[in-house]
Amino acid sequence: MPDTPNSDDKPRPTPSPRPPAAAGADRPARRPVPKKPAEMPCEPWEGDLPAALQDRFGDSLGRVVLLGGQKLLVADIAAAFEVLSCLKQEHGFDYLVDVTAVHWPDKPEQFEIVWTLYSYSSNERVRLKAGLAEGQLAPSVTALYSSANWLEREVYDMFGVEFKDHPDLRRILMPDEWEGFPLRKEYGIVQQDSDWVRENLKIESAQ
Amino acid sequence: MAETTLAPPEVQAETLLDSNELVLNMGPQHPSTHGVLRVILKLDGETVLGTDCVIGYLHRGVEKIAENRTFQQFAPYVDRMDYVAAVSNGLGYCMAVEKLLDVEIPPRAQAVRVILTELNRIASHLLWLGTHALDIGAITPVFLCFREREEVLKIFENYCGARLTTHAFRIGGLQYETYDTFEKECLKFCDLMEQKLKEYHDLLTGNRIWVRRTKGVGILNAADCKDYGVTGPLIRAAGVEWDLRKAQPYCGYENYDFDIPTAETGDTFDRYMVRMEEMVQSCRIIRQAVDGLPEGPIKGKVGKVIKPPPGEAYVSIEAPKGELGYYVVSDGSLNPYRVRVRPPSFVNLGALDKMCRGSLVADVVAIIGTIDIVLGEVDR
Repeated sequence: MPDTPNSDDKPRPTPSPRPPAAAGADRPARRPVPKKPAEMPCEPWEGDLPAALQDRFGDSLGRVVLLGGQKLLVADIAAAFEVLSCLKQEHGFDYLVDVTAVHWPDKPEQFEIVWTLYSYSSNERVRLKAGLAEGQLAPSVTALYSSANWLEREVYDMFGVEFKDHPDLRRILMPDEWEGFPLRKEYGIVQQDSDWVRENLKIESAQ
Repeated sequence: MAETTLAPPEVQAETLLDSNELVLNMGPQHPSTHGVLRVILKLDGETVLGTDCVIGYLHRGVEKIAENRTFQQFAPYVDRMDYVAAVSNGLGYCMAVEKLLDVEIPPRAQAVRVILTELNRIASHLLWLGTHALDIGAITPVFLCFREREEVLKIFENYCGARLTTHAFRIGGLQYETYDTFEKECLKFCDLMEQKLKEYHDLLTGNRIWVRRTKGVGILNAADCKDYGVTGPLIRAAGVEWDLRKAQPYCGYENYDFDIPTAETGDTFDRYMVRMEEMVQSCRIIRQAVDGLPEGPIKGKVGKVIKPPPGEAYVSIEAPKGELGYYVVSDGSLNPYRVRVRPPSFVNLGALDKMCRGSLVADVVAIIGTIDIVLGEVDR
């Protein structure tokens, strides 16, 4: 983790217990602060939709949970397209809200691709996640949703994750010739493609 | 010098463009692209055959910055995305972190949040109306719209000291209590706005030039809106009665009585009418919120150090431009592990090609204006 001035995360020394209150002190006793749960509340997601999906996809579907009340599915990357296609065609999830990724460099499957779907008819939101190893291709859902075009291009631009069967996989926010993928964890906050900056901006550093 | 000769026809066909096709570059420095948007237009005479957007000129790596700041430190950065609706941006981010922390926001804070967000919606729509009309050729509305927008900015300035990038909300509630004449000024602004909206209608709604330039231009029907993920006034103009404030109420919106304006065809004129009516509805919400403004604390139980448990949450709000979502992942440390912003402008702009195809080149300006993009949010 990069050093920021405020990332000081050491536990503070516990203060010495206060002396017993003097007689007549009107200060109320301090209530114990409830300890925050270490994890977000997570419970199994039950109902027709998860049951139908589990029947159909069986083992390729991992967790089917309500994480903090939000519907979350975890699937194998190989089955992800089928799950999304099933959600769209059979369960009415006709709006692809977002496609994004999270980089976990220490995990064997470094990238987690996250699709967020919404159904206008049932007013429901579902999030699907699938792990992806470096060099593996993610399935493109441009055939199902036109909005995936730009969203997948952004994931490619920021993480270097390539999408199979994407019609036009180019960088979208960074310059086309830029080297490196900025949202990967190993990419530093002030890192840049020095050659590109020198050649195109005619300066030594953009920082 | 050797005499110039034309290549044989079969070579010409390979090397030269079709003589009917013209590639025209528009932007990034162009007044009607509302910032630094570059559009490459492929034309056949006056007709647009296709467009290609080049974006990223304003890319500042907001999502990367988030990973290197604490949860509180990142909050002012979100104001710099959609800088004409900074309050909405801040609301979405605060709500996402509050969801991770699982804290309750006191009713007074909720009501003040609603008032400021709706004021910001009006300010954002006013800026859109003024510049959109200016793009099409009507000079007057921009002056009138900026005059009324100034009143909103004054309220913001009195409330938190900033006019544009306000950072009005804090994780857990509000930083500042409202000032003495806050309620009175909000109500006064609503009165003013309702009266001025009539003026705008007089200027534009029946205006023959305005109608000719907007009716039937840039049509995007409901099915295409869903396919392209287009939200906000664009999908409502196509006849889908969908607004996150009603569909999945947050911040106490379920307590207010308001309508979702819709239209039928989904053209530029319909989107104009929908946004005009949204301003009326925002005034209605502000009046109710001010009238029922509860007393009480303005901040929930949030510690000085914000350290959500490991987990993730996706929270979205109805920003003036559409669904604005924040997907925040926490690994239990002081900094967010990942913040993903789902920007409405970016996704809506993705449908530009679909809307422009087959229209005239002069209408491209009208269509860019009607999507209501802010490049700070497109590029982040």
